[in-house]
Amino acid sequence: MMNYNILIQLRQELALALLIFILLFIKLGKDRSNESILNFINMALLINLGAGFCCHETGELFNGMFNTNALIVFEKNLLNLALFIISMQSFAWLKNNKNLIEFYILTFTSLMGMFFMISSGNLLMFYLGLEMSTIPLAAAANFDLTKRKSSEAAMKLILSSAFSSAILLLGISFLYGTTGTLTFSIITAHINGNPLQLFAFILLISGFAFKISAVPFHLWTADVYEGSPVAVTAFLSVISKAAVLFTLVNLLYKVFTPIADTWYLVLVVLAAVTILIGNLFALRQDNFKRFLAYSSIAQVGFILIGISGSSQAGSASLIYFILIYIFSNLAAFGVVSMVSALTGKENISDFNGFYKTNPMLSWVLTIALFSLAGVPPTAGFFGKLFLMMAGAAKGNYGIIIFAALNMVVSFYYYLKVVKSIFMDENNTPLEKLEVPTVSKIAMYICVVGVIVTGLASVVYDYINSLSFGL
Amino acid sequence: MQEIPLTQILFVSTALFFIGMYGLFTRRNLITMLMSIELMLNSVNINFVAFNKYLFPDNLDGIFFTLFIITIAAAEAAVAIAIIINLYRSHNSIDVDDASEMKY
Repeated sequence: MMNYNILIQLRQELALALLIFILLFIKLGKDRSNESILNFINMALLINLGAGFCCHETGELFNGMFNTNALIVFEKNLLNLALFIISMQSFAWLKNNKNLIEFYILTFTSLMGMFFMISSGNLLMFYLGLEMSTIPLAAAANFDLTKRKSSEAAMKLILSSAFSSAILLLGISFLYGTTGTLTFSIITAHINGNPLQLFAFILLISGFAFKISAVPFHLWTADVYEGSPVAVTAFLSVISKAAVLFTLVNLLYKVFTPIADTWYLVLVVLAAVTILIGNLFALRQDNFKRFLAYSSIAQVGFILIGISGSSQAGSASLIYFILIYIFSNLAAFGVVSMVSALTGKENISDFNGFYKTNPMLSWVLTIALFSLAGVPPTAGFFGKLFLMMAGAAKGNYGIIIFAALNMVVSFYYYLKVVKSIFMDENNTPLEKLEVPTVSKIAMYICVVGVIVTGLASVVYDYINSLSFGL
Repeated sequence: MQEIPLTQILFVSTALFFIGMYGLFTRRNLITMLMSIELMLNSVNINFVAFNKYLFPDNLDGIFFTLFIITIAAAEAAVAIAIIINLYRSHNSIDVDDASEMKY
């Protein structure tokens, strides 16, 4: 008898694979206008997102290599949502690009890799998912084939990600050598904190820190974000980071439980350095994408504090924050990508007097920046509050005070942008931009998301009910 | 016949890994840097095979992992070389120092 279980448990991955095949056939078939293809893809992504919510079932496949439950399905839905928003926002950029199908094939492949990585219950599966998600992204970073900066960014991304995965692999090999297995659940039983295992853990966490761009390993971030097309930058800063963070929590909370004290220290040090350096570098940026790159580095620092709480609240506050981060960061990237696609300008100083000509976009950007900074009525405030509370559960208040002080520093650079939009005089402001309807809808979704996720406690309660602790 | 102890094999693989890392940090030619990364991946392969053979000969997890690493390294090299070719078209050079427009 045919076993239908596999179809239900793997449905999100299979849906993406199906989409990739459909896109290949569209590419081979007769010429269609870009707009019709884009509308079709956006519809398909919307259906994909809706279908993701339909049912969730706990179980494992392939001898525990792939496992799924309500929490994992929800995390995948978050990533689907982010891809849907990015796709709608890049409408203006892709409308005139003859290679748009390749862009979607690359991003879908990468997303599928992330899905496998999140679901992995085995180090081999985890490694395959990780590589499947990073290699297509390097190709996507080079999407503006003729731009010098784009190829430089792709070169930096592929070299640093290959280097980081080599380090990660060395860690995995030592872990295998000391435990004799690759399955997560069996590894836990064999971890006793001997020096070789600690070394393996440090190597693993360095590989992760590369992917989430925590500070000693952040040097590639700003360059890659600046050089890549805005849609790819948004993908890198939101989706790829979120997927790696979900996996990191899974590994730390489920596999490395016997050495929880060690990784708590590692996370706290990483978080403190990450917040500080991210903030200091964000202060001096003029390019908007570089600015958002350093701001996203600082945000990762806050996320690490939440994770270090190692409780159910730690896991729940991470997912809640990622949800808010998707809305607020994508709203900011949406405005930047609109301005970049229509005028080619990407500097913060170009936004002087932006409010006079584009009030709608200005408000979207302002709400997004307020949420990123954590100003109370927006969701960003609650996200950071829950992260801090989860971190404070360990009783180490020094790091919480340090992070709170750094939030004040971050207000300066976020509000500086808001000031330049509303107050600074400019004789030649950007002209009025014709925003496509699809992108407008995406921005409204983001703004509504920023406000509603903050005010409706249902969201956090739902995430909390799904989460697990140490 | 006397068997080579595991520690000596681990010594070789660790040395290989750090030779690769040294090459990555000192060489300025992109193809050579790519080769250095391959060296690092191969040292991991040696690790896996050695652990599998000496410590856990009952199952083949390590050997299979090696096969996947080789495959993925090939995919990575393919994308990296495509990117380097495109970089050469715009910069007329495959020296990393020439591709340093974006800083700080």
